[in-house]
Amino acid sequence: MADTGPQTASSRLLKILCVLIALWLVLPLFIIVPISFSGEDSFSFPPRTWTLARYASLADPAWTSAVLNSLAVAALVAVLSAVLGTLAAFAIARSRSGVMALVRALILSPQVVPIVVFGLGLYLVFLRWNMVGTLWGFVIAHTVLAVPFVVIPVSAALQTFDRSLERASASLGAGPMATFRQVTLPIIRPAVLSGAFLAFLSSFDEVVLALFLKSPSYYTLPVQLYRRMTDTIDPTVAAVATLELCLVIAGVVIALILQSRRPSPDQS
Amino acid sequence: MPVILFLLVFFAYPTGLTLLRAFTHFDAPEVGGLDNITWVLGGAANRTILIRTFTVALLCTAFTALLAFPYAYLMTKVSSRWQTVMMGLLLVSMFFGILLRNFSWVVLLQMQGPVNDLIAALGFDRVRMLGTAPAVLMGMTHVLFPFMALPLYAVLKGIDPRLVLAAQSLGATPRNAFLQVYLPLAVPGLFAGALLVFVLALGFYITPAILGSPKQALISQVLYQQFETRAAFGRAGALAIVLLVAAMAFVLMANALQRRNKAYEG
Repeated sequence: MADTGPQTASSRLLKILCVLIALWLVLPLFIIVPISFSGEDSFSFPPRTWTLARYASLADPAWTSAVLNSLAVAALVAVLSAVLGTLAAFAIARSRSGVMALVRALILSPQVVPIVVFGLGLYLVFLRWNMVGTLWGFVIAHTVLAVPFVVIPVSAALQTFDRSLERASASLGAGPMATFRQVTLPIIRPAVLSGAFLAFLSSFDEVVLALFLKSPSYYTLPVQLYRRMTDTIDPTVAAVATLELCLVIAGVVIALILQSRRPSPDQS
Repeated sequence: MPVILFLLVFFAYPTGLTLLRAFTHFDAPEVGGLDNITWVLGGAANRTILIRTFTVALLCTAFTALLAFPYAYLMTKVSSRWQTVMMGLLLVSMFFGILLRNFSWVVLLQMQGPVNDLIAALGFDRVRMLGTAPAVLMGMTHVLFPFMALPLYAVLKGIDPRLVLAAQSLGATPRNAFLQVYLPLAVPGLFAGALLVFVLALGFYITPAILGSPKQALISQVLYQQFETRAAFGRAGALAIVLLVAAMAFVLMANALQRRNKAYEG
């Protein structure tokens, strides 16, 4: 890249600006780390006394059950939205009917409808069906939001999918099920898995629907965090945040390393 | 298709029910008809909240666009190693929970927090920032930044840099080449990001609940409050209708604009 005189000045300015934006983006996340070792019952920064007690108090059943509930809900959401989303993506990609545009709009609409609106309605309905504060109530609520995460990548994968592969498999004597399992599925698997992973994350992080559907005995981690941030001031929140930050950084670094190892066609 | 059934039962039905409550459920002094809608649109307090919600959503869209454009632009210019780093920072911010990101702003902006320490060190009085609309705007811009940066980057990546060089070789100054060739090509990305951010910002609940206050509430907070503390489902339904109509109107308007742009390009 040959930059000429006036451009280097502006490109240097651009770089400085981006460094500032990057700092603004991630520095606030790290401010939480020292708080998690704070000996005071406040969020004061920097802490004056130090302790590891916040991490010990994570063993409290109020936290462990919240984490386990969140993991269970998120895992079921990932599976359910992978199945529903893949089926829907097939229907959308393989049908020429104009109704499919409508179906697509229906699938994407939960991301446009303000979440409090949907949450309130779901609460009213689940109240009647005795599903408030239950595992399946949470799973269904989060799956509604998560299905698009699967539908979008899988229908994109199906669009570039060479259907003559399926015909070849059929002409070689494979039944529809065998063709799906041995030909179609391996090709779309990365799209399904990445969609399911995003579905898992979105459920694990979801607060608003959870606030509507929680009960005193059944709640998820975000509900517990929200309570401890607003009703009381509990630095244990910072301990959870620090652990989650470590997990997220590890996850992103691993994902990016894996991606850069895979030879990508657009690399020049 | 099971997904249609699933969404009709668990999404369309509950959402419709919320909206229906606006016309079937009344809390004194409302008695019937369109009273709930009048309550939302009529009262001065509610009008202030509506205007505040729209202002915050618009400003949030503008700020994310202003910050995300240079970031996404630089991402298309740097080596693939730096590109990975910049993408990594974006993803870390995005996957770190919304609640916890807002929590970090609580720590930063509190009365005895680092930002106020800095203000005090510079010789000014400490400012109460938590519980104000600017704090909410800051938190929302931070949370929604990736939703602008990612679609924008996807579009900028596809712009052929040779077009700008061609414009320059035909005599355009670098500035004009950027404004007249590059920027118009970036518009679809800005559009996609802006639409996403605006619609999400309009219905945002968590950030205003944590960084804001009931005194400077946004519409989602009022809705949740009517439900949680008063069980006033009719009013909540009316608020839902206003929120939904506003979001839909914006989406439809954006689609129409985009279609016109496409027709224009031929």
